[in-house]
Amino acid sequence: MGDFFTYSVILGIFVATLKIATPLLIAATGELVAESSGILNLSIEGTMTLGAFAGFVTANETGSLWLGLLGAAAGGGALALLMAIMTVTVRVNQVVAGLALNILGLGAAFFWYRSVYSAGGSIQIPVVDKFEVVSVPLLSSIPIVGEVLFEQHWLTYIALLMVPTTWMFLNRTKYGLELRAIGHNPEACDMRGVPIASRQYAAVIFGGAMAGVGGSFLSLAATGLFFPDIVAGRGWIALAIVIFGNWRATWILAGSLLFGFLEATQLALQASDVNLPYQLLLALPFVLTILALVLNRSRSGAPLSLTIPYHRGER
Amino acid sequence: MTTADATAPGEPILIVDEVSKHFPGVVANDAVSVEIRRAEIHCLLGENGAGKTTLADILYGVYRPDEGRVLLHGQQLELSSPRDAIEAGIGMVHQHFELVPPMSVIENVVIGTQAKQWLDLSEARSRLDDFFADYDVEIDPDAEVGRLSVGEQQWVEIFKTLYFGVEILILDEPTAVLTPQGVEELFRILRRMRDDGLTIILITHKLKEVMELSDRVTVLRRGEVVGTVNTGDVDQRDLARMMVGRDVLLQVDKHRRDPGDPVLEVSDVHLVSDTGRGSLDGLSVTVGAGEIVGVAGVSGNGQNALFDAVIGVRHPDTGTIRIAGTDVTDSPPHRIAELGVASVPGDRINQGLMMDFSVKENLVLGDQRDQRFARAGFLSRNRIDSFAEESIERFEIKTPSATQKTRTLSGGNLQKIIMARELSGDPRLIVVHQPTRGLDIAASEYVRRRLVQERDRGAGLLLLSEDLDEIFQLSDRIAVIYDGRIVAVTEPEDTTLEEIGMHMAGASGADASTTAAP
Repeated sequence: MGDFFTYSVILGIFVATLKIATPLLIAATGELVAESSGILNLSIEGTMTLGAFAGFVTANETGSLWLGLLGAAAGGGALALLMAIMTVTVRVNQVVAGLALNILGLGAAFFWYRSVYSAGGSIQIPVVDKFEVVSVPLLSSIPIVGEVLFEQHWLTYIALLMVPTTWMFLNRTKYGLELRAIGHNPEACDMRGVPIASRQYAAVIFGGAMAGVGGSFLSLAATGLFFPDIVAGRGWIALAIVIFGNWRATWILAGSLLFGFLEATQLALQASDVNLPYQLLLALPFVLTILALVLNRSRSGAPLSLTIPYHRGER
Repeated sequence: MTTADATAPGEPILIVDEVSKHFPGVVANDAVSVEIRRAEIHCLLGENGAGKTTLADILYGVYRPDEGRVLLHGQQLELSSPRDAIEAGIGMVHQHFELVPPMSVIENVVIGTQAKQWLDLSEARSRLDDFFADYDVEIDPDAEVGRLSVGEQQWVEIFKTLYFGVEILILDEPTAVLTPQGVEELFRILRRMRDDGLTIILITHKLKEVMELSDRVTVLRRGEVVGTVNTGDVDQRDLARMMVGRDVLLQVDKHRRDPGDPVLEVSDVHLVSDTGRGSLDGLSVTVGAGEIVGVAGVSGNGQNALFDAVIGVRHPDTGTIRIAGTDVTDSPPHRIAELGVASVPGDRINQGLMMDFSVKENLVLGDQRDQRFARAGFLSRNRIDSFAEESIERFEIKTPSATQKTRTLSGGNLQKIIMARELSGDPRLIVVHQPTRGLDIAASEYVRRRLVQERDRGAGLLLLSEDLDEIFQLSDRIAVIYDGRIVAVTEPEDTTLEEIGMHMAGASGADASTTAAP
């Protein structure tokens, strides 16, 4: 017990918190934009998995991690394009479409993985040179804060920057205001000449691309590997974080960090000699996430027309 | 507010020329021709389904006409969206507001108007301040729209439309949500806007409003224009005849009766909202046998909560409710129904009916366990069929058959199904919410006559209505609900529309004799 509360363990927890929060934050922020337009995209888990693989295979083929990120965004965006066609144009029930595309995303990633990397029945698992940690000059030498905040991956910095950027977009730009208005009352926007479908397409595709990038953090930065279960429920957690964050960018940051912290603590506890069944520790972040959601239920900043398809002329 | 142009006041500005619009199975507009003159208030009068709103939606670019044309300043209009209409100078305020409730007044105003990438609210803010100051409207531009009163939301909606600089403003049933004072205020301002050069088209089915406000009126019936007249040349009776096509009874015959023993006693009920259906704050009201107690009030003052509490859907936090002497404060709805309580909910479609069920299924909905329709848990088809046939005949429900899907029927027939079901067991208490909202004159007349018949049979009726004419016409006593409480109880003969309106707006204590608790 004694050696758990040491400087290095606690510092390690904080460093890991940000790292674990990164894919969640990217995916959840993207989903926030999609949901702001009134489209609930439940396929985040599958989209992240497809993104993780698309990023991995692109990086492996081209040798460029940055092209890999682009590939991940394209893969996630493509799946989200299907989501947009189904929900905005065809007006399929969003929950059904999201669940179906989730399965498609998982299946496509796995199928593609098998077809690229299996040779004569056995799978050759390649490894890419993953993103290195980037130290921000000067800032990283600040004790504690520097190590926690400024010795991270590029994607972590990008994820953190996405929070104010998304906030500015949603609250301080014309397009953001109109996107939120569409999510609350598309008819009001239609009457004012705001195009509904194209904005929803853009928001959903952006959300999917971000989920793809979030997923590729796992393959390109965290491990340098791809395996089918790489996302391991993080897509669902990202969806929960949007709810937990009450559809506000800042609270989504808080939610991602909270989850990252719980997960990091759980990992640190497992590594230490604290005598607890590890299954319990594994469940801890999820249990606390559920608890946080339950305690949060009364507040709601949910878009009023979330999941409701818009038909012109229907009152 | 209006753009300067060559058209002098009184000259035709908008001409609707032989416009027809068909929907599957319905001719909504049949060769409709109307001439709207500059700076006039022109009413489109007609019953539900007469084609008023369809015509307005054509002018506003929501629908394209199948035949005919619309001329604005002599130029043919080709509108494919409301945006086109707004750019041509025609704006419309719908009956259902097109607002974004969680956003502020100013954000609502600028949606769709911003040219720049970054939001710039300064221009909107200064114009909003000027507008509200000009017309003496006090609304905080930064207030969340969802927290404003319905009347205030209407101002936001009107300003939102005028913000584009339209010269023709179409208002679809704007007074449905207002108190009498609110209506007066609206009319005062509409007249001023007309005097400032705005052309106003007002859609309504209320004769009184037409007489009070309009310069000219066009009456529509079944998609056709019956005629356009100067308001000064006609009276309400003439308009009613044009509208319905026959003489109508504007009054329901009703004889005075003395109420019997109380069938409903609600005393000091408190109920805190947890569902968005309103709260009660110490509400007391009594209904006697053979008496109609009309509860007047602006929507959202606890009517839903009172309705829910009496039928047992929600239970009071404190206070008691008795039905014919039996304490039912914590009883479940079916127990209360067994005591002879029937209810006609305000939201027919969502609360009164299963729209995808057949007419006959809806006629027995809720009574499926009743001996009349079931034995040992099995529904008796024969009994249900014969009950359905009898109800359809007795209540004049217009349906091709008892197995017709309910969704396909008109509003009046939907209400008749609910009434046939609810009145079938000769209830001793009937709770009715907005019984004629959205119904045409003939159906309203029918519903009101039925309610009076039930009263004459000896039932007690609690009538919750936002239609003051209906309240005055039907009630033996009027109770005014405000902020979850009954703030005044009086008899229709002892009061005036204005007085009730004052109470509805919360100005209580005006007259001590009418504010006493029941």
